Amino acid sequence: MANTVSTSPEHSGEGETRRDFLLIATSTVGVIGVALAAWPFIDSMNPAKDTLALATTGVDISAVEDGQRITVVWRGKPVFIDHRTAAQIESAESVPMDDLPDPEPDSERVEKPDWLVVVGVCTHLGCIPLGQKVGDPRGDYGGWFCPCHGSHYDTSGRIRKGPAPANLAVPPYEFVDDSTISIG
Amino acid sequence: MSTPMNKLLTAAAVAAWIGVAAPAGAAEAPEIPEHDWSFSGMFGTFDRGALQRGFQVYREVCSNCHSLDLIAFRNLAALGLSPDEIQAIAEGYEVEDGPDDEGEMFMRPARASDYFVPPFPNEKAARASNNGALPPDLSLMVKARKGGADYVYGLLTGYEEEPPADVELMEGMYYNKVFPGHQIAMAPPLYEGSVEYADGTEATLDQEAEDVVTFLAWTAQPELEQRKRMGVKVLLFLIVLTAMLFALKRKIWSDVH
Amino acid sequence: MEAKTWKNPVIAWIDYRLPIFSMMQADLVDYPTPKNLNYWWNFGSLNGIVLVIMIGTGIMLAMQYTANVDFAFESVERIMRDVNYGWLLRYMHMNGGSMFFIVVYIHTFRGLYYGSYRAPRELLWIIGVFILLAMMATAFMGYVLPWGQMSFWGATVITNLFSAIPLIGESIVTWLWGGFSVANPTLNRFFALHYLLPFVIVGLVFVHLWALHVHKSNNPLGIDVKGPQDTIPFSPYYTIKDAFGLGAFMIVYLAFVFFAPDFFGEPDNYIKANPMQTPPHIVPEWYFLPYYAILRAITFDIWFVPAKLIGVILMFSSILILLFLPWLDRSPVRSARFRPIYKQLFWVFLADCILLGVVGGHPPEGAWIPIGQAATAYYFAHFLIIIPLLGIFEKTRTPPTSISAAVTPGGVGTKIKEAAE
Repeated sequence: MANTVSTSPEHSGEGETRRDFLLIATSTVGVIGVALAAWPFIDSMNPAKDTLALATTGVDISAVEDGQRITVVWRGKPVFIDHRTAAQIESAESVPMDDLPDPEPDSERVEKPDWLVVVGVCTHLGCIPLGQKVGDPRGDYGGWFCPCHGSHYDTSGRIRKGPAPANLAVPPYEFVDDSTISIG
Repeated sequence: MSTPMNKLLTAAAVAAWIGVAAPAGAAEAPEIPEHDWSFSGMFGTFDRGALQRGFQVYREVCSNCHSLDLIAFRNLAALGLSPDEIQAIAEGYEVEDGPDDEGEMFMRPARASDYFVPPFPNEKAARASNNGALPPDLSLMVKARKGGADYVYGLLTGYEEEPPADVELMEGMYYNKVFPGHQIAMAPPLYEGSVEYADGTEATLDQEAEDVVTFLAWTAQPELEQRKRMGVKVLLFLIVLTAMLFALKRKIWSDVH
Repeated sequence: MEAKTWKNPVIAWIDYRLPIFSMMQADLVDYPTPKNLNYWWNFGSLNGIVLVIMIGTGIMLAMQYTANVDFAFESVERIMRDVNYGWLLRYMHMNGGSMFFIVVYIHTFRGLYYGSYRAPRELLWIIGVFILLAMMATAFMGYVLPWGQMSFWGATVITNLFSAIPLIGESIVTWLWGGFSVANPTLNRFFALHYLLPFVIVGLVFVHLWALHVHKSNNPLGIDVKGPQDTIPFSPYYTIKDAFGLGAFMIVYLAFVFFAPDFFGEPDNYIKANPMQTPPHIVPEWYFLPYYAILRAITFDIWFVPAKLIGVILMFSSILILLFLPWLDRSPVRSARFRPIYKQLFWVFLADCILLGVVGGHPPEGAWIPIGQAATAYYFAHFLIIIPLLGIFEKTRTPPTSISAAVTPGGVGTKIKEAAE
């Protein structure tokens, strides 16, 4: 059992190369193992299956009359459902794109023109705009008005005036049938 | 008294300890016959047909008294059921929701995200309907009993019409070969032909028991297939890595040895 | 700290202000380690890694767990079923606990065999005993958290023990419970303490390693390092050996996690806690079984002292006695390699501990009672009678003069080494 490393040149050179390769290969496999092992820890913080199951909300809209607005909860946030009148639809469709800070045609924001579905969270800093209840201020464009910093939204939920940078978000939704919307 | 022999005896003692102490406790438990399961072993999986038949047995027989609180209708996708089938099953149940705008609670059809509806609203109601006995929830039953799936299967198939001569059956009790103490308050729940299988399989007692136990093994361990698949990959990876580490160790130590 | 000058300017800048790199160089790379350590020396670093695994999985679980009696059991089942890889985190934490005790017991028995507790490492050993105690407290409280039948009843039995303390016992128990039985206040505080104690353990481990680095590792021959010819640098030799040992350990550990995750557990703990129904057999986790056996061994009062109190005192004493070992053992040599009688009695002691564990797993009836009593008596006799007497009367062999002499082929030490084996 020698204490000293073998000093013959060929032996040590070849041995070193083999050791280097083995070291690099083993280290690589080890690092891959650590990365694979880290994934479950990280993924466990993603939404769990029961949270994802509640990510879809069905809404019965049969009782919502013309011109009436209701608020439902979806993924913990308010969603405004507006049964628009003909006048509101007309004003939403006739706005020129140049007037809009965040240009978007009304047709791209609705599945059916008489139903507007938007997330009721102001795109500025997250307050809930007023306009859902009878008697609420609706702002200068007939839609919604955010009291926190004065953003005005129109009858398509688009930002017209004020600090908010974007239109009210349209969540993914579909008409299951004429009286039911499924959001999410 | 040589050391290697002592080490061997100690190793044997350790093995005995692990064999005895790990499942410590039931000294006088009846013997549980072993049964082959599709989900045993390193490569075990749940037989989908058995799961679906077992689910049918649970619904038609067991669910009259036993709840399944930890299973949501959406979990049934693992049985191979489609979202439409799951929705149809869920809509057959009613759950309480509310309050509505009048402040009243109301009943509505269940959705996929809801959990199985228990047969009784609370423990007292359950006991009142079962001569004072409480039918336990079945979600974890296969993990909550010593012997696991073998035990539950043995219990379902272990009823005897007549107890042995030296056993005095108490009132309202039934004799079972596998249940600790041999006297069980539950009447035999399964007979030949208790259900008519949707897939046409012959519904013998053994078949029904095997299917419902497979179903309950799934309710207790829904992660089983993913766990075993991952385990095979992880162990293979580790064996390779450990072998490489050993080779590297030998190489590095070659100048010391 | 001054020897190495760092080429990398960032490292040099940091190291000049906080010599962390120099410290790592001295304590993890250059650190002189006896060249003759065997694989029983792997278990120290293994303990550290298991501690990291337990803390890592524990923190992820704590993100999803609810410590309230109405939600605890269900929150654990939610982790198992709905949280991504939740079942993996839970099984890793559960089996990691058992692995931690297996590794720490092997590590401790290594110390007993090779005399690692002897001067000048007494304090190192004592700190180790405190780490063991902190681990046991952590594990005990952790087992309560899933709020199964064993969680609840195990907690009830063990906390009730403190009522054996004369005069103030009942008040202490009420104080521990935060009420009149194990209930929500108890669960909540156990969760808080279960999260805290592992970091106390980290602190104790730091002190443990600090003490170790003063006089450095013992070795299988139990003789002191005489000079650099007896040692090799910790890195790469022991880093790679520890890495290999870690790989082997992970195979065993993960085999349990993936293929037998409930092997070490109790089926009763998959039943939600029911304060109105006691399970037929209340059993602690396997790593507590020997102490449980000692606790139950005393079935008789002694003078005015009730049996229950004696049992409690003996149970705690069974660990506290370890603290006195460096002074109970007066043998002229450290390692059992050169102690022919102690070497045999070590295995007898180990068998006795295992027997105590088997006794603890059985209900206290029939033959198990006298067996448990005999095993308990032997356990204390080993420390209080056998070890001191061996120190005086055992004819020890002569260890080699130095490690390097012993491990050099054909050297003076070889013949002695062969004779010792």
